[in-house]
Amino acid sequence: MQISARQSEGWVIFDLSGDIDLAHSPAMRKVLLGEIKEKHTAKVFLNLKNVRYIDSSGIASLVEGLKASRDYGSRMILYGLSKSVREVMELSRLQKIFEIYENEEQALSS
Amino acid sequence: MLAPKTQKKRSVREAQPRAELMLRLQLESNPQALCLVRATLQCATEGMHFHEADCRAIVRSVDEALANVIRHAYEGRGGLPIEVTCRRLWDETDATMPCGLEIVLTDSGVAADPKKLQGRPLEEVRPGGLGLHFMKESMDVVEFSRKNGKNLLRMVKYLAPSKPEEKPEGE
Repeated sequence: MQISARQSEGWVIFDLSGDIDLAHSPAMRKVLLGEIKEKHTAKVFLNLKNVRYIDSSGIASLVEGLKASRDYGSRMILYGLSKSVREVMELSRLQKIFEIYENEEQALSS
Repeated sequence: MLAPKTQKKRSVREAQPRAELMLRLQLESNPQALCLVRATLQCATEGMHFHEADCRAIVRSVDEALANVIRHAYEGRGGLPIEVTCRRLWDETDATMPCGLEIVLTDSGVAADPKKLQGRPLEEVRPGGLGLHFMKESMDVVEFSRKNGKNLLRMVKYLAPSKPEEKPEGE
């Protein structure tokens, strides 16, 4: 998995790619929670367009990020979910809990 | 979209189909090995002509099961043995087509707490406990047992029946 960041005043986009599994979800969790809890960024976007696979540990990290964003008054926004990632969201019945958009344009204008 | 579970076939095919060894993987409890197992299972399931969604379901279930072994049975310790055995299942009534795939995971870690094998209500929005739910939702059979100091997890996915239009006329 690779993570790169694009940022501006009050927001950051994390572009994720590859597989978010047991080996890599701790890295994503650390970046996500650091952005919300330490930097207090108002809007945190996760671009999942190039994520091929996510497991339950990856979903758990996203849930932690979501809870932290609620605690710290920020927004965590997901977009570009692949079929595989969308399927796992459906299985975990969390698709309505997260703020999810089809693409970057829609996410940024939300 | 999630693939519908093949509920109807389960009761019929639980009548001991013939099993043929397809693949045996011996790996260590290292999270870095998971992507290799996923890639291997992806090829194996595609080769058996599972539907695309069922291939993903099987890969996801084995991945989650291995992650549980690493995190819980081996408590995060690396370098400990895990075996993954895959067998093609054949219907006694039709020797030309496999009817499913059986996967058995074996580890020598601590015995699982039966209460934790029940899963948790999904209404609780919290991290953790999703892996077992994914496995139960994705596979037709998920059975835990303990034998000779080892944990065994047996999972089965049955091949969904072909669509009627795919059958040659006259059948």
